[in-house]
This record gives sequence, structure tokens and C-alpha cells, in this order.
Amino acid sequence: MNSRRRAIVLAAGLVLLAAVPPLAALANQPFYLDLVRRVMIFAIAALSLNLILGYGGMISFGHAAYLGVGAYAVGVLAHYGINNGYLQWALAIGASALVALAIGAVSIRTSGVYFIMITLAFTQMLYYLGISIAEYGGDDGMRLAVKSQFPGLVDLNDANAFYYLVLAILVLALFLGQRLVDSRFGMVIRAAKSNEVRTRSIGFSPYPYRLAAFVIAGAVCGLAGALLVNHTAYLTPEFMNWTRSGELMFMVILGGMASIAGPVLGAFALLLVEDALSGWTQHWQLVLGPLLVLSVLFLRRGLAGLLFGKNE
Amino acid sequence: MNLFLVLEQALNGLQLGVMLFLMAAGLTLVFGIMNLVNLAHGSFYMVGAYLATYFYQATGSYLLGVLLGLAGTLLVGIAVELVALRTLYEREHLDQVLATFGLILFFNELMAILWGRAAIYTTLPDYLSGHVELFAGLRYPLYRLVIIAVGLAVAGLLWFVVARTRLGMLIRAGASNRAMVAALGVNVRLLYTLVFGFGAALAGLAGLMSGPIHVVQPGMGELILIEVFVVIVIGGIGSIRGALAGALIVGMADTLGRAFVRPMLATVLSTTAADTAGPALASMLIYLLMAIVLALKPQGLFPARS
Repeated sequence: MNSRRRAIVLAAGLVLLAAVPPLAALANQPFYLDLVRRVMIFAIAALSLNLILGYGGMISFGHAAYLGVGAYAVGVLAHYGINNGYLQWALAIGASALVALAIGAVSIRTSGVYFIMITLAFTQMLYYLGISIAEYGGDDGMRLAVKSQFPGLVDLNDANAFYYLVLAILVLALFLGQRLVDSRFGMVIRAAKSNEVRTRSIGFSPYPYRLAAFVIAGAVCGLAGALLVNHTAYLTPEFMNWTRSGELMFMVILGGMASIAGPVLGAFALLLVEDALSGWTQHWQLVLGPLLVLSVLFLRRGLAGLLFGKNE
Repeated sequence: MNLFLVLEQALNGLQLGVMLFLMAAGLTLVFGIMNLVNLAHGSFYMVGAYLATYFYQATGSYLLGVLLGLAGTLLVGIAVELVALRTLYEREHLDQVLATFGLILFFNELMAILWGRAAIYTTLPDYLSGHVELFAGLRYPLYRLVIIAVGLAVAGLLWFVVARTRLGMLIRAGASNRAMVAALGVNVRLLYTLVFGFGAALAGLAGLMSGPIHVVQPGMGELILIEVFVVIVIGGIGSIRGALAGALIVGMADTLGRAFVRPMLATVLSTTAADTAGPALASMLIYLLMAIVLALKPQGLFPARS
């Protein structure tokens, strides 16, 4: 019963998303196309975080680092005149995976509060690295003059085409994510979160599984970073700011952790609220801060819990 | 390399270490006793700086500004504990992280509303500015020496309170076995509030002391908070001894690294390469240090519970 309800809501959501470009064109408000596209990109990033945070129980406060790595991979290649999208995005994914491997190898040996602090510290390290390299803009960042080129496939300068590409990647990520979580690999991750001692006594060592999940999450987030830099046409070290990591975590929690589509809801909720609040007052963070505190205190199962019912 | 330069940078490193200790002590106490991860600790640092600056300008007396700033931060800390954090003690660390993250946003914006987003440059009274001649040829800013002295004094005071007083005994007992302390009839709620307020005041002290050296602006707390995390991870969570050791190590490594990595690299690489790689490597130094310590001793150098 619940999975049918879930499937219907998901399908309805996707249809709604697909309908945004023609609706925005009809209402002559291209702003909404941009907004929803940005939300979807963050939804992909939040989705990747959910894999390790929601299902794996690893409270990584450094996930925004991979947004930055992916974005910089595209930006740096473009800086040197390499605009081939396939090459750029492959590097974005590959570099993010490598960085995730390096950070994860050290961090996953710890747990709990140590893990939170360490992932946070490594993200800041990358942030400072980004700031200090003047060649790639340093503090101010870089412009992306030419978007990633995919000759013959899609032109990212076409707002609609780019939108549908992001939507397609989001759907793919949802599908693959669900498959991963339901697979044997996913079950070990979830078991390790639930009861690590028992998992070990069955014969599984959580470390390699967790590290693999960490790398996958990093790689997907790197892809989101590549999408983001193409969307904004500009990149700065602020992509990797730890407050960005906090926002991603909020999207996951707000949306509901133990469901694949939860982060999508969370991304929409958080970013649309931010957008609405900032239109209302320039001191929107004064309102958002307490809102976040309240949501942590009272919305225990997240929005997905409200929509899909208890069995999530 | 100039001996005086090395000594001067070493003193700067000591000064940074002492400030990091003030913040780390509060944070690690709160975590050790109340099992609460408080990301908003940096906000108390910021509040202390702002309040002290405001009161100094309002009353014209630096000392009065310091005292009122400390008292104000203590009150803010207690208020935050009573209003927002009471319910978080039983919750998971993730919830605590997110809720205190929300508090950071709130406080940053509050400071921006009250005093603007622009950086504020605080001045020092005449009796604290100027240099002191330590020994032949080495002149060092008086204010930084005062910071080092104050920091070490607070460290000593903290040791005395924790090791030799009844309150310290309760703190150590609470860190060891919270439930038992409550069962023995101690007012645990009051203890928690006091400890939290005290930790906030320490952070505020660090903030108001750093104001004249760095600038006072919204978000200043988060920059140092990350370094404090590194300190606590290296030193061991819950341990004040670890906080001191970690703070001195990080303070020294960071300061000496920033001063000497680039010149050292310039001796083996070209100047332009050293100019790019130097600052990058220097800013990464403490994190690499943290990674190494973790690889060898995952619980930190002086873990509280072994």
C-alpha cells in the first residue's frame, strides 16, 4: 500500500518537474526555470549525501567539498581552453572520487563526533586551498566563459535542454540510488548503521563498504558540482564552504533520511523557503536559523515521513 | 634565518595557541560532560568581541568593556542553553549539529543587524599598546604578551577549579558518569547550565582579546571554530589537558608554517612556484597534522576516557 502511494507521488512529482519549462514559458517567467533547475542540481547533491548520511549513518559535514572539486575540475579545464564536456565531467567525477577516497580513508576509521569534526576540517582545508591558488581566481573565483560542450548531444546554452538534462540525471540518480540501497551492498551499509557489532559478528567488516559508499557519494556530488558551475557560469571557493555542507545536511534531514526521494523534497523545501524569505527581508537568515532549529526539534521523520507514511 | 624572527613567530604561535585553548577548553568541557556538540561555540566568540567593543565605546573604559563583555557573553550563553539546548542533550549528535548550525545563522545575522556587516576595527587603550623589549633587540607587542599571560592564567585557574574544588569534582564526576551524579542528588541541570555558561564566557574572552588583533565581523567565529575542532581532535575530546596540548601544537604549527613554509620552499623551488605552493601548503598544514595524529592515535593524544 505504501509503496504504491509512494510510486504515485513520485510519478506525479516527476511529471510536475517535466512540466515546468513549458509552464514557465507560458507565464513568461524564465526565472522559475532557473530556480527549479538549481534546486534539482542541489537535489542530486543531497541525494548523494543521503547515501552515506541517511542510509550509512556517517555524519559527513564535508560533503560540499565535492561540489567544489567537481566545479573546479570543469572550471580549471575550461581555463586552459579544454571545453569538451565529456572530458570535463569525467574529470569532475574522477577527481571527486579520488578526493573522497583520500578523505574517507582517514576519516572512516573514526566515528561519531570525531567523524563530524574531521570531515569538516578536511572540507575547510580544500576551501583554503581553493582560496590560496591565485591562478584560479583565489578568493574571487573564476568565470566559466564557455559551458561544457557536448557536440551533437545537447547544447547547455539552451535553457530548456539543460533543464531536461538535469532532470534526466536526477531521475537516473534516484533510480540507481534505489537499486544500490536495495542491493546486497546497500544492505551491509544499512546493517552497519543499525548495529555495527552484529554486522561484524556476521562477518562483514564495515570499513570497505563504507569507504566505497563514501566514494560513490563523492563522485555523484562531483557531477552535481559540474552541473552547478555550468548553471551559474561562475565558480568560487564558496561552493566548498562548510555552511554549504550544513545546507546539504538540512536538505537530507528535512526531506527525510531513510527514503531515496526524501532529499529531493528537502532540497525543494529548503531552497524555496530561502528564496521566499530573501525576497521578503535581507535578514532572512535571522528567520531561517530558528526555523531550522525548530525543524530539527519537531520534524523527526522529515517531510517524506509526513507524505509517505510511517513505513519509510 | 633571523633568530629574532623565529622567536617572534614562536611567541605569536604561543599567543594563538593560548587563544585556541580558551575556546577548546569550553567546547571540550561541554562535550565531555554534557555530550553536546555545540557548533555555535564560535558565535560566543563573536558575541564577546562585539559586546566588548560596544561597551568600550559606550563607557570609554577598556577594562569596563572587557568585564561587561564577559558578563554579557555569559548571560547569552546561559540564555541559549535554557531556551534552545535543553532538549538537545538526549538527542543524537546529528540533531545537535544541525540545531546549533541554525543558531550560527541566527547569531551572525543578529550581529549584522545590530552593528552592520562591515568589519569593525577596535583600538587599544594607550597602556596596552606599544612594544616591550624582551631582551637585546627583540621587541614584541605588549598586548600580545598580555594575551599570553591571561591565557596561561586562565589555564592555571581552570586546572585549579577542575582538580582542586568541589565544582571541579562534580564536573569530573559528571564526565565520568552523568546518571550517577544525578542519582546522588546533585542538581545536574544547574551544573550543566553553569558549565555551558562558563564555556561560553571563555569563548567570549578569546573573542574580545582577539578583536584588536583581527577584525570584528559577522562570521568571525566560524573561521576559528574549525581550528578549534582540529585542536580537540588532536588533543582528544573531553580532555582539558588534551585541549592545552592540541592548542599549543596547532597554534605553533599554524603560525610557524605560515611564516616559514614559503621561504623554506623558495630555497628549493623557484620563487613563483614557492609563492603559489607556499601559502597553500601552509594553510593545509594543520589539517595534514590532524590526519597524521588520527592515523597514529585515533582517539587523540590525551583522550579523556581511555
